[in-house]
Parts: sequence; C-alpha cells; structure tokens
Amino acid sequence: MKILENIIRNTKPKFEKGGKYEKWLPVYESFETFFFVPAHTTKQGSHVRDAIDLKRSMMMVIIALLPALLFGMWNVGSLYYMSIGETHSLLETFWFGFLKVLPLIIVSYGVGLGVEFIFVFLRGHEINEGFLVSGMLIPMIVPIDVPLWMLAVATAFAVLIGKEAFGGTGMNIVNPALLARAFLFFAYPAHMSGNKVWIHGISNGNQLVDGFSGETILGQKINGISHAYSGFVDNQLSTFDLLVGNYAGSVGETSVIAIAIGAIILLYTGIASFRIMFSVFAGGFLMASFLNAVAPAGNILMNTPALEHMLIGGFAFGAVFMATDPVTAAQTGKGKWVYGFLIGAFAIIIRCLNPAYPEGMMLAILFMNVFSPLIDHVVIQSNIKKRLRRAKVSQLNK
Amino acid sequence: MSADKEPLFSKKNIRLLTGPLGAENPITVQSLGICSALAVTVKVEPAIVMSLSVTIVLAFANVIISLLRKTIPDRIRIIVQLIVIAALVIIVDQILKAYAYDISKQLSVFVGLIITNCILMGRLEAFALGNKPWPSLLDGIGNGLGYGIILVLVSVVREIFGSGTITLPGIGELHVIPHGLYDFGYVNNGLMLLSPMALFVVGIIIWIQRSRNKELIK
Repeated sequence: MKILENIIRNTKPKFEKGGKYEKWLPVYESFETFFFVPAHTTKQGSHVRDAIDLKRSMMMVIIALLPALLFGMWNVGSLYYMSIGETHSLLETFWFGFLKVLPLIIVSYGVGLGVEFIFVFLRGHEINEGFLVSGMLIPMIVPIDVPLWMLAVATAFAVLIGKEAFGGTGMNIVNPALLARAFLFFAYPAHMSGNKVWIHGISNGNQLVDGFSGETILGQKINGISHAYSGFVDNQLSTFDLLVGNYAGSVGETSVIAIAIGAIILLYTGIASFRIMFSVFAGGFLMASFLNAVAPAGNILMNTPALEHMLIGGFAFGAVFMATDPVTAAQTGKGKWVYGFLIGAFAIIIRCLNPAYPEGMMLAILFMNVFSPLIDHVVIQSNIKKRLRRAKVSQLNK
Repeated sequence: MSADKEPLFSKKNIRLLTGPLGAENPITVQSLGICSALAVTVKVEPAIVMSLSVTIVLAFANVIISLLRKTIPDRIRIIVQLIVIAALVIIVDQILKAYAYDISKQLSVFVGLIITNCILMGRLEAFALGNKPWPSLLDGIGNGLGYGIILVLVSVVREIFGSGTITLPGIGELHVIPHGLYDFGYVNNGLMLLSPMALFVVGIIIWIQRSRNKELIK
C-alpha cells in the first residue's frame, strides 16, 4: 500500500497544470481517488455528514453483489455439467463458470469505461465512477451465452443514450444496466429468451443428456408446466431449492440467499433504501395474491403462489439491486414507498398478464424510473400545500 | 411589383431553400412532423416516396395559399388551408395508388395523414399567409426537402442495421451487410425495426447538430 501511495503521490506533479501529461489529469484523478480518499475538501457550505464518498459507496455495492456473482459462476458450471451428464468437484465447477462469466465482465467494463473516457475528454470533466456498479450489474442480468459483441453494443448504447446524453453520472433518468438489458431484449430477442441461451453450450449445439431442457422457471410456466424444475422435468424444486437457486436464469439472478446477503450489506451500510426494497416485495406479494384470488383455473402464471413469484425470475435481484439505485429511484420518503410498491405490482402484472414478456421486473423498473420524478413532485407539492394550510390556520388563531 | 426588382434567386430566396436543410430543419429544429418520421422510416424506399409526396404537397399548398392570402378571411383561414392540403393529398394518394401500388400499400394511412402533418400547417401559417408565391414555393420545397433529408437519413440507419439492406425505388433491395458477417454470428438489430428506435436516431441527429451548431442551443 505504501509503495502504491508513493507512486501516486510522486507522479502527481506531472499531471497538474503545466505538467507533461496535463491532459490526462481526469484519468489520473480517477485512479488516485480509486485507491485513496482524496485530500481535497469542500470549501463552501456543504451538507456532507459522512466520510463516505461516491467511490466508496459504489464499492460497497460491488461487495454486496459478490455473493450473487460467485454463486452465479458456480451455477453456470453446475448447470453446464448437468446438461452434458457429468459430475465434477465444486472447485472445477466454479472454475468453469468463472471462465465463462469473466469475458462478460471484461467486455462490459471495457466498453462502458471506454465510452466514459471518450466523454471525459470531450467534456473535460473528471471521470465519474458511476459505471463501476453498472459494469458489474450488466453481466449479472444477461444469459450466459449472450454473444460478446451484442453485450458490447448494448453496453455502449446504455452508457451513451442512457447516461452521457443526459449529462453523465447522477443525471440519468433510467438505470443504465437495465437499459442495456432492455436493448438486448428488444434488439436480439432470439439471444435473450427461449430455452437455448440460459445454459452454456446449448446454443452451440452441444450434445445434451436425454430429457434435459434449459428453460427458466418462468419459461416453463408459460409452456404449461406448473411445478418448477431444474434441467429435467422430474427434478422438481422445493421452496428451499428456489431459495438456493441452482436453476437456469440470468447469471446473477437465481440465488435468493446470495441476493439476501447482498441486501443485508446494502441495508446495514445504509446505501440502499429499506423503504424501496420492502415495498417492492410488498407490492409484488399483494398483486400476486390478488391475481391468485381472481385467476381462472388453468392459468399457471396467475395461479402461481405469491411467495413463489418473489423467488423466481429476476424479482429479488431487481428489488435489491436495481430498484434501489439512488439516482433513478424516487427521492422522497413517501415517494419511495409508492415507487417500490408500483414496481412490484407492475412486475407481477406484466409477468402474468402479458406472456410475451416473460420477465416483467425489467420493464416495471424502467417504467417507474421514468415516473419517479412525478411521484416526488406530487409528494413535495402535497407537503407544501399541507404546511401552507397549517400556516394559515395558525395565523387565523392569533 | 417589388418582386420584379428582386432577382428570382436572390440571396434571401436561396436561403429560403437551403435554410430548412440545416439550421432551420423542420424536424430537428422546428420539431414538426416527427410522428411520420417514426412511422415510415423502416425502409428507405417508402421514406423517399413519403418525402417526395410531402415536398410536392407542401410546395403546391404554399403557392396556392400565398395566391389566395389576400382573399382568405382571417377567421376561416385554417379551414381553407385544410381544404387545400386535403385536396392535394388526395391527388398524391391517387397517383401513388395508380403508379406505385406496392409503396402506397406500405405507406398505408400515412399518405392520408400528410393532411395532419404539422409541417404543412406550420409553414402555411408562418410563411405562405404573409409572403408572395415565389418565395412561398421555395420555402415549401426547402422545408419538404429538409424533412426528406432527415427521413432518408433515419431510414438508411434503420434499414442497414435493422434488415441489413437498402431498398431504393426502381432498383430494389441491395444487401449492404456482407453474408460473411452473418456467418460470424452477426444478427440484425430487431430494435431498429421498432418505431422507438427512430426516435433515438432522430435524437442523436439533433444531438450531433446542436453540438456542431452552438446557436441552436437555447
């Protein structure tokens, strides 16, 4: 650490005004603040009450994402070996998945940061670290076999249109990672849904064991199978199995337990909002219960128990890591309740009532991202009205 | 008449023709006629035909309204403009049906909807009602072509990336993306075929135009 600090401090003059690499100052600063807390402090009145800065809160999200990511890597390997009918040790299984997921992460970070660097030079502002989290989220919400060039195009689109067009980190209206996924979903639907993409090797025509099917649980339900299974139809999943998450899906979304560990980290450090997280689940649960009550017999998705709805698909992942994004979520306390509740409710509605979109979570969150400023506006205006009325009453009483 | 003193292609008149192609573009700067830009730009051919139709209708409507401008009572001017536009659009629609039936089918209601295209009413209200026929004609052609440029630009981007082809009137489909690329796993972008993508493309064009021409930023 000492050596690193010395290197960074000693090279600083070269990057400052008049130095040899003056142009590269934004790049230098991004590395400096990445490793060490920056030395400069606010000079005028400020509202900062905490030592934590943007970079460190982002790092905390990355740490919270790690359990789900590591589990996802193991899951990729495990499902692959299941599909070809082999069994391997835990370490081998994990290593296989690691090698498959790593390219996704590299492409996502490489392309995303590349676009950000270009804009740093065009606009001459400091590099923001906003992409640290998005770059990690993108590989976790795509199928393992998505072609890398598609991922690159989607990432570039998300950073360019979703973020830089609006002014960079902190100014985006919709969640960039979800925008990348939505782009993939609508641009290349054949590579984002169906039964071939969720497990490595099927789309390349690998020889599969008889009776193996690579659908997600939501895909199974749309195709008319009411009980959830993993790989083989008679390999039924209990509620506990759904919590563990050894079944087909996007890389990081399957394990509710791993996501829950991340949620605890986010809530304990105060980075994610408890209100949003809780109300997403509440909204989803109530809407699913309502649909259960009115469901016609034979409609599998509407008859799926509310609790199971919370465990399958990307619901938990979206609720914990996507809906709570502080930039795109509602900012007011009351607004957060409304925002989260509607996300949960819409996700279940889209899931059950529009089978063309098997996973409603992505669309629900993007939809509410757009509406969150409106929710905040209503909350603030009603508060102003209430206080004005109170002020008038107290004047009358005088 | 004062028009006799002014040459037909004076600097001012030329600007009427060229302005709408750039800094006064009806779509990207005046924000008129965006809806049809989203609807007919999946392929290049209908986009070209559509822009020609709009240009013709706009040029004739501008001239006719300009000729009538002193006789139209102010209160009923909108309805007069509508009648003129509607008559012209029906003529264009019938001609397309007679001579280019396939394209006319592709354009479906959007030829008829030229009547409601904001560019037409906008230019009639803003220009033809207060100017002589000749400048009005130039203004109509200029704005029609300005609309057409954006339409063709958007449709080229959408067709190349969405279908991998370019369809030109009279020539037919040209495969722009080589077959070898598909063997490498390249896939056409399905989002390009959906109308939201046209909005993105128009947005990007506006973005590029404004970052090059700072005067457009309010």
